[in-house]
Amino acid sequence: MDVSFILITLLIGAAATYFAGNKWASKVALLFSVVAFAVTLYTVNLLNNGENVSFLKNWIRNPRITFNLIGDGLSLIMVLLTTSLTAIIILATLKNTFKNAKSFYALILFMAFAMVGTFLSADGFLYYIFWELSLIPIYFIALIWGGGEAEARKKDVIKFFIYTFAGSLFMLVAFIYLYQKTGSFANGAFTRINLTDKEQFWIFLAFFLAYAIKIPIIPFHTWQANVYQKAPSAGTMLLSGIMLKMAIYSIIRWQLPIAPAPAKEYMNVLIILCVAGVIYGSILALKQQDLKKLLAYSSLAHVGLIAAGAYTLTLDGLRGAVLQMIAHGFVVVGLFYAAEIIIRRYNTTEISEMGGIRIQTPRFTSMFMILVLASVALPATFNFIGEFELLYSLAQTNVWIAVLGGTTIILGAFYMLRMFQQVMLGEQNAKPFADVTFGEGFAFVAIIGVLLFFGLYPKPIIDFITPALENTLNLINR
Amino acid sequence: METKLALLLLLAPFIGFLINVFAGKKLSGNLPGILGTVAVATSFAVTLSFFLQVSSSKEPVMIDLFEWMQLKNFKVNIAFQLDQLSLLWLMFVTGIGTLIHMYSISYMHDDENVHKFFAYLNLFVFFMITLVMGSNLLIMFIGWEGVGLCSYLLIGFWYKNHDYNDAAKKAFIMNRIGDLGFLIGIFILGYLFHSLDYTDIRTAIESGKHIDPTWASIAALCLFIGACGKSAQIPLYTWLPDAMAGPTPVSALIHAATMVTAGIFMITRLNYLFDLAPEVQNIIAIVGAVTSLIAASIGLVQNDIKKVLAYSTVSQLGLMFLALGLGAYQIAVFHVITHAFFKACLFLGSGSVIHAMHGEQDMRYMGGLRKVMKVTFITFLISTLAISGLPPFSGFFSKDEILMTAFHHNKPLWVIGSVASIMTAFYMFRLLYLTFYKDFRGTEEQKKHLHESPGLITFPLIVLATLALVGGAISLPGNSWLNEYLAPVIAKQSEHHHMGTTEYMLMGVAIIGAFIGIGLAYAKYIKQSSVPGQDSEITGFAKVLYNKFYVDEIYTALIVKPIYALGSFFKNVTEAAISGLIFGLGKLANVLGTEGKTLQNGSIGFYLFAFVLGICSIIVYIFLAK
Repeated sequence: MDVSFILITLLIGAAATYFAGNKWASKVALLFSVVAFAVTLYTVNLLNNGENVSFLKNWIRNPRITFNLIGDGLSLIMVLLTTSLTAIIILATLKNTFKNAKSFYALILFMAFAMVGTFLSADGFLYYIFWELSLIPIYFIALIWGGGEAEARKKDVIKFFIYTFAGSLFMLVAFIYLYQKTGSFANGAFTRINLTDKEQFWIFLAFFLAYAIKIPIIPFHTWQANVYQKAPSAGTMLLSGIMLKMAIYSIIRWQLPIAPAPAKEYMNVLIILCVAGVIYGSILALKQQDLKKLLAYSSLAHVGLIAAGAYTLTLDGLRGAVLQMIAHGFVVVGLFYAAEIIIRRYNTTEISEMGGIRIQTPRFTSMFMILVLASVALPATFNFIGEFELLYSLAQTNVWIAVLGGTTIILGAFYMLRMFQQVMLGEQNAKPFADVTFGEGFAFVAIIGVLLFFGLYPKPIIDFITPALENTLNLINR
Repeated sequence: METKLALLLLLAPFIGFLINVFAGKKLSGNLPGILGTVAVATSFAVTLSFFLQVSSSKEPVMIDLFEWMQLKNFKVNIAFQLDQLSLLWLMFVTGIGTLIHMYSISYMHDDENVHKFFAYLNLFVFFMITLVMGSNLLIMFIGWEGVGLCSYLLIGFWYKNHDYNDAAKKAFIMNRIGDLGFLIGIFILGYLFHSLDYTDIRTAIESGKHIDPTWASIAALCLFIGACGKSAQIPLYTWLPDAMAGPTPVSALIHAATMVTAGIFMITRLNYLFDLAPEVQNIIAIVGAVTSLIAASIGLVQNDIKKVLAYSTVSQLGLMFLALGLGAYQIAVFHVITHAFFKACLFLGSGSVIHAMHGEQDMRYMGGLRKVMKVTFITFLISTLAISGLPPFSGFFSKDEILMTAFHHNKPLWVIGSVASIMTAFYMFRLLYLTFYKDFRGTEEQKKHLHESPGLITFPLIVLATLALVGGAISLPGNSWLNEYLAPVIAKQSEHHHMGTTEYMLMGVAIIGAFIGIGLAYAKYIKQSSVPGQDSEITGFAKVLYNKFYVDEIYTALIVKPIYALGSFFKNVTEAAISGLIFGLGKLANVLGTEGKTLQNGSIGFYLFAFVLGICSIIVYIFLAK
């Protein structure tokens, strides 16, 4: 058994969901997402036992393109994140009724398929195909099932599509150039050749445009808040929980090992740009009146810190980035889920119309509170582990940058607690708010369980990812 | 066995928390409270046995559970250490904790969310134990932020009131400013020592390994910033008076006796590090002294009984930092302990008063309560005498040692500390006279219902007052059990103040100072029977004091408002500009596309023109290149 089985499961799942019809679509999708998660776990276990789970098949002879999937700690942890979150996201949508549900759920699984493909690809061309493929389902999900006024939504979603697509084209150019040099699209071939600093610079820049837009790093972020706000919650969760991690993962897997020279030369510029995003996003989050937009800007801040850590080119930074990608993935899905529950009950995203919910809902309040605390990286939550390693890596580069990046723990507490107070506390809201049901609570419990367990015992994940990251670091310092 | 017992000590309150969270609602009557009390009492019992063991064996108990975090240079384990310092802290955290839990059974029994209250209170004790018991800085940090969370939850316990929610939020955010300092300090220490274990750091320092003194100082300074947040020192103290929004037992336990002493614990824990940084010690001493003076001066004019006590706490913590800054760690710890006794007693006493007054906290509407609340009054009197620094009460010994040390090291700081102490005696007796003496000034309705509090409330008061009375015995001048007990955990041996003429004179000066403060209060509030006027009648410097030097307003104007303004700027200007730029680029492409289309209109003339222009450019290029 190798990693291709995960892809196959998701693809079959997408097809099966579509053919199951609207009535059964959600259940079939949930089933296949859980199976995909189980297959991933099994593969992870195989890798832990020292087996080779990579997959290699020749695909096109000329140009030489291989169907090469790499199964190491780095790619598999991301796949694990994708399949587990996909299952949770589907679980979180079960209470909603969607028009044309079979397409909706088939697209979610198809998107998971494309994202898993992106994480696994070790061939540049294959990687590029999966990368762009993942854009198509989210485009339709946001466009068709999104909220708000249709014209405005269309404008924002198309802007997002063109923007990210345009950025990726630069990456394609870089790949073609590299192919010219090596006669292959293999990741391994790219990292073996000696490129001049100038070549590396342009390649780095091409990758950077693609990734900076996707992550997003300021000032390439303007598509984000509007799309997060207008997409259906499942779409927002897919985008923020998993899809943006494709770009950070790609920095570690592709950009840094292929073009390390500019990463070293411009390290300070890159880190400062990312850290600026932390502060910028946090301060903007303070001014948001829309719950989903607030969470979007908070995500901008957190992701900036992750990218900054990756660009320190230290083991702590890379490891912190990967750990925080997972932690952030879970917490942001949890937060958008909480937002979704409130929005579903109150039919508004305006924070000013909320408040006075706590008194009606002890269970929901506790769960939401824990997510807020994880999001502000309280120690003993998983997010603290990631944030600690990230900030520590920044401090090794320059203490003042760590102080700037560290303002996230102050500003984060500021906007999150402010939001929590406005949304949840105060005198009872005139509108009734039913506490979460068992089904609704289950997704929360799963997320919180992950965040607390790995907050106290992250060792399994650390041991799993560290060898792959050390390899990456060796390539960067080759 | 030791591991199991230590885990019981740690986890008993956590189990209490879990039961009250998940099943508390179903428990009837006082059961949630009894459960919470038993949980903390269990911890106390185990602490006591460890305390006796370690007191005699002098061998700390080390417990290493499992690996938690991994950095390139070091690893951090979930590990605990029960040594002299942690056990001393655990003794009063769990001991006073038990008493306050007991008190709360009665105090909170009408509240609909009483099970939540005890859940949070138990969780607090759990995190406090974690903070104290950890064997490395990151475990301390778990506890550090954990107690901050519980403080947030308990200040905002009555969450329907947004003023309380604001106070809770303010406490959390201000603490987080300090926490960032703490974190940066941890980063530097990790980088310097390749470990965050107390023992490793101490061994490295004592083995004479070269440590960059600048970085060691910066680390010490950062840690001190953390301590300022948690222990309410300038400039991060303004959250503590607001924190009085929480139920009174919370103020007693968290915001007087235990959590706010965490900063002192941290610095004492790392005393060998701070010894390396004399300039940072100077800063600590100055900040402590100034804080004690400023807070005491604000306390002179407050009318809310809990606010007076809150400023008094800030002021007393300042004195402890003064001691720390002078390198007198044992004395700081001594004052922490005596302060825990008398301040917990004072807060619980004020709670008893508030209880009797049906929630009234303004002393202008109290008076004469000693007639109806005998136990509350006597215990309150004892604690007031203790905090005012009169012999033979506990506060006298600890405060006197601080001032004496200051006198020997830094005379101006001694003056500041002495003035603060005189003020303390004044405002405490002002509080006592306004509350318990003269005639009752409240409504008839209130007067009818005045009553002494039930046994569950008075019993903790009696225990604490007794401790406030005799607590000084743990460190008598010239014969200090405490100094000897703490010797293994403190690198620098304590200075021995030989009790000579100077020392006795200083003692005399301190006692006279206390009497001056008391005398002034007596003259004003008993002789002249004066009662503080309405808020609008306050003028002059008293108004500045009454409004707390306008520090909150200054912070709002200088920090909070600018952040919001920056947020508006980002939202309305920057975001729009970036978005416009990107969209502009898109539009530009569109325009180019439209223009470009006209190029392919089949006009032969235009093609020829372009062709000739191209040839010309090539020729020019070739010639110029040569």
